[in-house]
Amino acid sequence: MNETGAPILGARALRKEYGREAGLVRAVDGVDLDVAAGETLAVMGPSGCGKSTLLHLLGGLDRPTSGELVLAGQRIDHLGERALARLRLGTVGFVFQAFHLMDELTAAENVELPALLAGVSPRRARRRATDLLEHVGLADRARFLPSALSGGQRQRVAVARALANEPLIVLADEPTGNLDSEATLDVLRLFDSLHTAGQTLVVVTHDARIAATADRMISMRDGAFVDETRLTGGSTGSLGTLAGLEG
Amino acid sequence: MAPGLGRDLRHHPAQAFLLLLAITAATATLALGLALHGVTSQPYQRTRAATNGPDVVAYLPVLHRPGRVAQPPAQVTTLVHDPGVTGHSGPFPLVGAVVRARGRAAPAEAEGRSQAPAVIDQPKLTAGSWVRPGGVVIERTFAGALGVGVGDRVTLNGRPFTVAGIAVTAANPPYPNLCYTGGGGCWASPIDRGTYPAAAATGLIWVTGPDADRLATSADPLSTYVLNLKLSDPARAQAFANAHGKGNNAGLTSSPGLAAWPGIAAADGLLVQDEQQVLSPGSWLACLLAVASVAVLAGGRMAEHTRRVGLLKAVGGTPGLVALVLLAENLIVALAAAAAGLAIGFLAAPLITSPGAGLVGSPGAPSLTLPTAGLVIAVALAVALAATLAPAVRAARTSTVSALADAARPPRRRARLIALSARLPVPLLLGLRLTARRLRRAVLSAASIAVTVTGIVAVLPFHATARLTRFGGSAGLANPVISRDEQMLTVLTVMLVTLAVLNVIVTAWATALDARHSSALARALGATPQQASAAVSAAQVLPALPGALLGIPLGIGLFALASGSGTVTVPPASWLAATVLGTLVAVAGLTAIPARIAARRPAAAILQSGLG
Repeated sequence: MNETGAPILGARALRKEYGREAGLVRAVDGVDLDVAAGETLAVMGPSGCGKSTLLHLLGGLDRPTSGELVLAGQRIDHLGERALARLRLGTVGFVFQAFHLMDELTAAENVELPALLAGVSPRRARRRATDLLEHVGLADRARFLPSALSGGQRQRVAVARALANEPLIVLADEPTGNLDSEATLDVLRLFDSLHTAGQTLVVVTHDARIAATADRMISMRDGAFVDETRLTGGSTGSLGTLAGLEG
Repeated sequence: MAPGLGRDLRHHPAQAFLLLLAITAATATLALGLALHGVTSQPYQRTRAATNGPDVVAYLPVLHRPGRVAQPPAQVTTLVHDPGVTGHSGPFPLVGAVVRARGRAAPAEAEGRSQAPAVIDQPKLTAGSWVRPGGVVIERTFAGALGVGVGDRVTLNGRPFTVAGIAVTAANPPYPNLCYTGGGGCWASPIDRGTYPAAAATGLIWVTGPDADRLATSADPLSTYVLNLKLSDPARAQAFANAHGKGNNAGLTSSPGLAAWPGIAAADGLLVQDEQQVLSPGSWLACLLAVASVAVLAGGRMAEHTRRVGLLKAVGGTPGLVALVLLAENLIVALAAAAAGLAIGFLAAPLITSPGAGLVGSPGAPSLTLPTAGLVIAVALAVALAATLAPAVRAARTSTVSALADAARPPRRRARLIALSARLPVPLLLGLRLTARRLRRAVLSAASIAVTVTGIVAVLPFHATARLTRFGGSAGLANPVISRDEQMLTVLTVMLVTLAVLNVIVTAWATALDARHSSALARALGATPQQASAAVSAAQVLPALPGALLGIPLGIGLFALASGSGTVTVPPASWLAATVLGTLVAVAGLTAIPARIAARRPAAAILQSGLG
């Protein structure tokens, strides 16, 4: 079982707007949020409710229109592009629905890229990438280009990449949205192992079965939080059973 | 289709402008090259008409008899009474002289004239007045090289004179080609008499007859008379000269040397002949660069238009229509560019040919002939057609579903490349992989850099070997041919470099578009915008390096070919190294602009839009 600790991510009155006047859209509308260390948080909601935008804001990939955002004890809502890049490099790991691997790089090179960007020596970065690919069960695919991998394999490479710099928090945006059942199960098992190891996770999904594996689930609609539920499935239940993918 | 085209051009003004600029530069260079082919013929004809120029000029050696004054030889009577001759002027005495003005010295031939206008070959004054006792008239290009004008003081063989006027003639080629074999003139130059160092060119000065007699010295005696002849059939001038005279080199014998007007006209053209030699390969180099630019632009547009192609096909557009849309867009721009290029070329031609022209007035804009205009337009259209054909056909062949999905083509696995680049710094690693992903574009980019460096390197030997910028050292006169060649080469180099700059920007823009997903992803993973743009720059610099290196032997070869000497002249190694390094720095710098602009777009927006 996983013990959650002090908040490592906090948002106050977080707002993200697009357009002006009559065309104004509030993608994120006054969100307050705390994510504790080691916690797995699921954010649910229909398409277009602002889940992905929220995730991008939390990870410093986008800047809020207003509000306060604290990551690892540091205000990040006013940081410049370069500072945000440095912050993402050491603190945040992203997993995207569309995998977003670099087509030009092999699986191993994709995984070691964040470490190389962080200035880790190529030898150490490669060793770490090899370990992570082994962890996600793809050691034998290390030298394959993404185009030669299946969807599930690509997402597992993406998860390995998200862990390359041992981030404080992993943000996953619909990580199983493009996967079939078997691949979904593989990824969920991976997330479960991360959860067990104490990795802080925020997973955006519209799939209730995935959300059920979390410690806490927040429902979102029209850019705002409308419901919050504390769960035990993520830490106590059989993941496959809860997800409805295994008998 | 037409409104759609208009909208597309309006929606992508930068692309359309770049395309327009690339083809305009190429067609302007081509138009300039074609225009210069005939630029001297019209002014020569005008000068011939204005001066009632001779059809044949006879140079008659003087027979010196001891104790008697030199007299025109007996051949004068024979020539003047030939049935084909309808008129004549002269004979005029021609004497060698050393002219000094403004601290400079040069050899000259002084032709003794009457103060009354001659019926045939009365030089056309462009300034001042005709000869008078103590007052000389100097041929215009020679006066320009001497740096003298009306009213200035000069000395001829030590005797002081005033410059009464500046004039042009159709009876002799202008300075520095007076002694051009076959062009006439140069029968009394002090160089031939050994009284002036050979490293100089001879100019022409008109003086009064008595002044000419006084200029003769024992070292440089009166040796030649000039007789200008008009024929009943000017077209037979060369045949007449062949029948009655002998070669120019026989000037010191008793036989006359005869120069026919076509030979003089050809010698007039020497002033622009080198420019034509430079412009011809130069305009083709420019065309090659334009093809490269257009191909990259069309390819880039193709990448952007994939989804639009899918939509067109989804609503029933045939592959032919899709290909036609892409072709038509570029053809419209090509037509506009051809018109602009023609206008620039024909307006720029007189600017290049007018300085120092030894002909009447300014050469003026050459007439816009239909064949020339047709050729330039055809080349512009061919450039656009050739460059858009492949992407247009590919667009038409793309499956509707994959075009709608706008799916990026996966790169091919290249084990050796992966092994080679695995340990490179991140920007270089990404740059190399981006280059490998778009190999054809990289080859095109390398080729365009090679063409540019070829042009630059071809110019370098000229500067390295152009010793005769002044005849006879720093105190000598400026060589107008070298000055004009340098002017021409500078214009051409600027055009080539401008095109290359365009090319680099266009290629970098296309690469930045291609790499936007990878760049956005790298930034999402923690790369700074500088690191992301450095990767795009690396993707440009990597193919530029072999291109620049290849341009060195090609440029040296081009110079040998264009100079017609067949001699290989290698510029100093430091110049070549500076060219390669400068090219790479320029490529990196120019690439940084579109790369930095692309890196400014929020990574989240790019990743969310699913571009890739």
